[in-house]
Amino acid sequence: MIRKLFPYTKGYRLKSLLAALTIVGEVVVEVNIPFLMADIVNIGIANRDTGFILQRGLMMILMALLSLGLGMLSARFASVASAGFAKNLRGDLFERVQAFSFANVDRFSTASLITRLTTDVNTIQNTYMSAVRTFIRAPFMLVAATIMAVRISADLAVVFLFALPFMAVFVGIFAVKTFPRFKAMLSKIDAMNASVQENLTAMRVVKAYVREEHEDEKFTFSAKEVRDYQIKAEKLLVTAMPLAQYVVYICMVAVCYMGGVHIIGGKLLSGDLISFISYIGQVLSAVMMVAMMMVMLVMSKASASRIAEVLDEKPSINDDEADAELNVNDGSIEFDDVSFSYSGDEGNPNLEHISLRIASGETIGIIGGTGSAKSTLVQLIPRLYDATSGSVRVAGHDVREYKLDTLRRSVSMVLQKNVLFSGTIRDNLKWGDENASEEEIEAACSAAAADGFVKSFPDGYDTELGQGGVNVSGGQKQRLCIARALISKPRIIILDDSTSAVDTATDAAIRKALREELSSTTTIIIAQRISSVMDADRIVVMDEGRISDIGTHEELMQRSEIYREVYISQQKGVA
Amino acid sequence: MPGPKHGKTQGFAKPKDAKGTFRRILGYFKPYRWQLIAVFIGIVLSSGANIAGTYMLKPIINVYILPWVGSEKPDLTGLVGQLAIMAAVYTLGIFGTFIFNRLMINVSTGTLLKLRLEMFTKMQTLPISYFDKRTHGEIMSRYTNDTDAMREMISNGLPSFISSGIRIIGVFIMMIVLNPILTAICIVMLVLMSLVTKLIAKNSSRFFKARQESVGKVNGYIEEMIEGQKVVKVFCHEQAVNARFDELNEELRRNTAAASTLGSIMGPIMNNLSHVTYAIVAASGGLLGVAGIIDIGTLGAFLQYTRSFSMPIAEISQQANNVLSALAGAERIFALLDEPSETDEGKITMVNARIAEDGGLEECAERTGIWAWKRPDGSLTRVRGDVRFNHVTFSYDGEVDVLNDVSLYAKPGQKIAFVGSTGAGKTTITNLINRFYDIQQGEIIYDGIPIKEISKASLRRSLGMVLQDTHLFTGTVRENIRYGRLDATDEEIVAAAKLANAHYFISHLPEGYDTVLTADGANLSQGQRQLLAIARAAVADPPVLILDEATSSIDTRTEAHIERGMDSLMKDRTVFVIAHRLSTVRNSNAIMVLEHGRIIERGDHDDLIRQHGKYYQLYMGMFELS
Repeated sequence: MIRKLFPYTKGYRLKSLLAALTIVGEVVVEVNIPFLMADIVNIGIANRDTGFILQRGLMMILMALLSLGLGMLSARFASVASAGFAKNLRGDLFERVQAFSFANVDRFSTASLITRLTTDVNTIQNTYMSAVRTFIRAPFMLVAATIMAVRISADLAVVFLFALPFMAVFVGIFAVKTFPRFKAMLSKIDAMNASVQENLTAMRVVKAYVREEHEDEKFTFSAKEVRDYQIKAEKLLVTAMPLAQYVVYICMVAVCYMGGVHIIGGKLLSGDLISFISYIGQVLSAVMMVAMMMVMLVMSKASASRIAEVLDEKPSINDDEADAELNVNDGSIEFDDVSFSYSGDEGNPNLEHISLRIASGETIGIIGGTGSAKSTLVQLIPRLYDATSGSVRVAGHDVREYKLDTLRRSVSMVLQKNVLFSGTIRDNLKWGDENASEEEIEAACSAAAADGFVKSFPDGYDTELGQGGVNVSGGQKQRLCIARALISKPRIIILDDSTSAVDTATDAAIRKALREELSSTTTIIIAQRISSVMDADRIVVMDEGRISDIGTHEELMQRSEIYREVYISQQKGVA
Repeated sequence: MPGPKHGKTQGFAKPKDAKGTFRRILGYFKPYRWQLIAVFIGIVLSSGANIAGTYMLKPIINVYILPWVGSEKPDLTGLVGQLAIMAAVYTLGIFGTFIFNRLMINVSTGTLLKLRLEMFTKMQTLPISYFDKRTHGEIMSRYTNDTDAMREMISNGLPSFISSGIRIIGVFIMMIVLNPILTAICIVMLVLMSLVTKLIAKNSSRFFKARQESVGKVNGYIEEMIEGQKVVKVFCHEQAVNARFDELNEELRRNTAAASTLGSIMGPIMNNLSHVTYAIVAASGGLLGVAGIIDIGTLGAFLQYTRSFSMPIAEISQQANNVLSALAGAERIFALLDEPSETDEGKITMVNARIAEDGGLEECAERTGIWAWKRPDGSLTRVRGDVRFNHVTFSYDGEVDVLNDVSLYAKPGQKIAFVGSTGAGKTTITNLINRFYDIQQGEIIYDGIPIKEISKASLRRSLGMVLQDTHLFTGTVRENIRYGRLDATDEEIVAAAKLANAHYFISHLPEGYDTVLTADGANLSQGQRQLLAIARAAVADPPVLILDEATSSIDTRTEAHIERGMDSLMKDRTVFVIAHRLSTVRNSNAIMVLEHGRIIERGDHDDLIRQHGKYYQLYMGMFELS
C-alpha cells in the first residue's frame, strides 16, 4: 500500500523530511527542559546560587522557545507536504478516472468513485499529516523520555521496564479487539444511512402506499443496531484507556517510593525525582498517542485500499498503437462477425456474430425490445467498448487503428442517459466544438428543435443550467443534448433513444431537419417508436443480441414478425 | 423537481440561538438524569484524584523523604502509608474515569438513537413539498454531518468541558494554596497564551473558510464529472476537464496548506508556551527557594500543576469550536423536527366491508374486495371510485398556476387518460387526487365526499400508484412486491407477478423471488423494474389505480404482451393513466389533453380524432410519414 502511495509524495519529499526532522528536534529540545529543572533544585537551591538559577532558567526558556520554533516549522512543513501529497493523489485519481473506459466505470459505481476521490483522499491526507508528525513524535518521545529517565536514574527507570509491557498489552488488546468492532459499527452506520437515502428517493412510493409506519419500523431496527454496535465498540475503549492510565499512576507511586528510598540513601537528589515524574507524564501521553495512531491507521487502511483499487484499475481501452495520422474520411461503418460480452465471458455474449455494412450517408433505424442489445451494438462504433471478437470498421479502418480523439470527434453519440453540466447553455453546447460560431450554435439548436425554448428563457443561450439555474424538462434536455452532438459536425451521428421524452411532433421535426441538413452524415437512430425509424433507409431489428432482420419498413412489415408485432402494438386503435 | 444530489459540504455556520438550542438538547438528557449525576460524580472523582495525587507530592517530599536524608535507619512507614493513600486516591480516580466514560456511552448513544428516530418519524410525516424544496444531500446531512457533530459534542465535548472546568478551578485553588507568587506568574503566562490563541483564531477563520469553499468546489466538480464521465468520453473532453480540475485542485492545495498550518500550529504553540511557563516557574521557584519562601516539595508539586494547568485550557479552546458547530447542527436538526407535518383533518376512513343479509353494508376485518367509507358516525357507503374535479386551480409556489380551473369526472370503472407535453400538469392532477399537495381553489369529490374529509392514509390506501420512477427497496423481489400489501400471501405475490408479466423474468433471476435487489434495483433493467412496480400495485388491489408513465420504459411489444394482464388489473377499477405514448391511452373512456394547466380537449379516442385538434395533430404526428 505504502509503495503504491509513495510516488505521490513527489515534489514534497524534502518538506516531509523536514517536517519529521524538525519534530525530532522539538522532542530532543523538549525532553531536556525537565532535566535542567532538576539542576535548579539540586544545585541552585542547594547552593543558594541565584546566578546559577537565573542562568539555568534562561536556558530553559530559550530551549522552550527553540522547541516552539521547531514545532511551528514542523506544523508548516507537514501541512504543505500533506496538502501537496493529497493534491498529487487526487489529481492522478481524477485523471485515471477520466481515462477509464465505460467498462471500467461500470465496475465501480459512480457514487463509490466519488467517495474514493473525496472522503478517502481526505482521510489519507490526514493520515499523511500525522505520519510525518505524530507518528514520528510519539515513538520518539517514548524513547527520548525513557533515555532521559535512565540518565537521571537507571534504578528508577526499571519501573518503566515493568510498566511498558503492560501498556503494550493494553494497547495490543485495544488494537486487536476494538478495531473489528469499530469496523462493524461503521458498516452499520453506512447501512442506516443507505436506508435513509432509500427512503428519501422513494418518498412518493412510501406515501402512496401509506407505508410510513413500515418504514419507521425498518429504520428503528437499523438505528438500534447502530446504537448496540456503538456501545459494543466504545465499551472496550473506555475500559482500555483508564487501565493504561492506571498503569502510569502505579508507576508514579512506585517511583515515589523507590525515589524516596534512593534520596534518603543519598543516591538521588530531590530535583531528580521531580523531573523524573515529569518524564512519566510524557511517556504516558506518548503511549496514548501511539494508541490513537493505530486507530487512525486502521481507519485509513480501508481508504487506502479503496484508492489502490482505482489506481490498479487498468483502462481497458487505449489508443497507444493507433495511427495519429489516420483520419476518418467517410461515414461508412462495418461490423464483421462481431461478438461482445460485458463480462468478457465469451460463453455469455450480449452480442452474437453481428455482421452489418452501413454506407456513408445512410440513415439506419434500430428497433428491438428492452435488453435486445441495441445500445450495446452502437456503443462499439465510437469504441466506448471494445468488441470481444470480430472487427468494427469505420471508413474502412478498424476502430482500434484510430486515435480515440479522432474517432470520437467523427462519431457523435447522444447517449440514452445523458447529462448537461453546470454552466450556461452555450457552455454546454460548445462541448461539441469549442470554436463554434454563434450561427453554428443556433443552426444546431434549430435542427434539434431547441432554439424555440432556449430563446424563451430570459437569458437565452446564457441561461445557467444545473444547481442554482434553470431546470430544463426531460424533453428539453434531450434536445439540447442532440444540439450539442450536432455542433461537432460529425461523420456519423448516433441517437440512442434520444427523443423518448420529446413529443412525437417535435421528434418528427428533428428527424426532418437531420435528413435535410445532414444528408452526407451517416445517421443511426435507436428508438422505441416505429414512427421514429420507419423513414430510415434501412431498419435493423434486434432480438436478444442478434440481428433478426434488416430492411425497409415495407420489407420488414412483410417478413419480420417481431417488427410487425411492434408496429401493431403501436398502431392499434387507428381507424 | 430536484433529483437526488450528493451532500454538498456545508459552510461554517454559527448557531442562531445557542442558548435555546442548548436548553433543548438538555431536554433530551432528562431520562438520563440519574446517570448524568453519576457521570458528574465520576468526573469530579477523576479530576479530583489527579489534583490531589499531585498535591501529595509536597508532603511526600517534605515530610516523609527529606527529613530522613542521610539517616541510617529511616522510618519508611510514613512514606509507605502516604503512598498507600496516594494509590487509593488514584484508584478511586480511575474508577471515576471508567464510570463516567461508561455511562456517557449510554447517554450519548441513547440520545442519538432518540434523535434519529424522531427525525425519521418526523420525516415520514412531512408533506411532499418539503422534499421538493430540498436536495436529498441536504436532508441526508441532518443524519450524517449534523448528527455526527452532536455525537462528538455529547460524548466528548460536554464531558471535557466539565472536567476541564473542574481541573482548572481545582488546580488554580491548589496553586494558590501552594504559592500565590508563582500562581501570579502562571496567570500572566495564561493571559499571554490566550492572546496568542485569539490572534491565531482571528486570522485563521478566513483561511478555514477559503479551504471549505475550495473543498466544496473540488467535490462538486468531481461529482459532476464522474457522473457525466460517459458524456465526457463521448465528446473527448478529458483534456479540458483535467485542465480545469488541475486549477481547482491547485487552489485547494494552497488553501489546505494555509488552513491546516494554522490548525496544526496551535498544538506546538500551546505545548511549548507551557514549557516556557514551566521554565519561568522553575527559575522563579528556585529563587524563592533560595530566599526560603518555598520548599522543595511545594516547588515539585507546583511544577506538576504548571504542566497540567495549560492542558485543560487548550482543551476548552479546542472544544469550543466543536460545540459551536454541534449547536449549529442541532439547530438544523431541530428545524427539521419543527417542520409542520402534513395536516390531516379527514375523519372518514376506508374499511373492508361485505354485503350484509339485509342487503346493506357491514364492516368486517378480512378482505372482501368490497370497501366502504366509514363516517365518524359509523355509517358506511360503498367505495366505488367516482372522482370529480370541480374548478380546481393549483399552484406549487403560490405564484404560477400549474392547473387552471380544471373540471373533470371519472365514473366508477372508467379509464381516464391524460395526454400533454412535459409540464402541462398531468402528474400534478394525480398528485392532487392522493393529496400529495392540497388545492387552493375548487374541490375534488371522491364518491361524493370532498377528499379533505377523508383521512390521508385511507385516501392513499384506496389509490394504487405506479410511478414513472419505479423505486424499489433493498430486499428480495418478493418483499418488493409485498410492499403493496404487507399481508399478501406468497401465492398472491406470484399471481400479481404473473399479471404484470414479471413472473417469467423473476423466475430466471438467480434466486427467483428471493433474489435480493440492491441499490434501487440497479441490477434490473428499467423495464423490469416497471413490471415489478405494476405487480406491486396489483398486489395492493386498490379500488382506484393511477398509472403515471407506468409503462414508459417497457417496449411496446412487451407492453402489448402485458396488455391482457393490465386489462384484468384495470377491470372494475377507476384508472387514471398518464402516458406519452398514445398507444397506451387509446382505449380509454376519456382522454384529457392538457396544455399549460388547462384541459383543452376531452373525449374518447374517436371523438378526439374527429375533432381534428391537438390530439389529432399529436396522433398524426406519429404517423405523418405513412
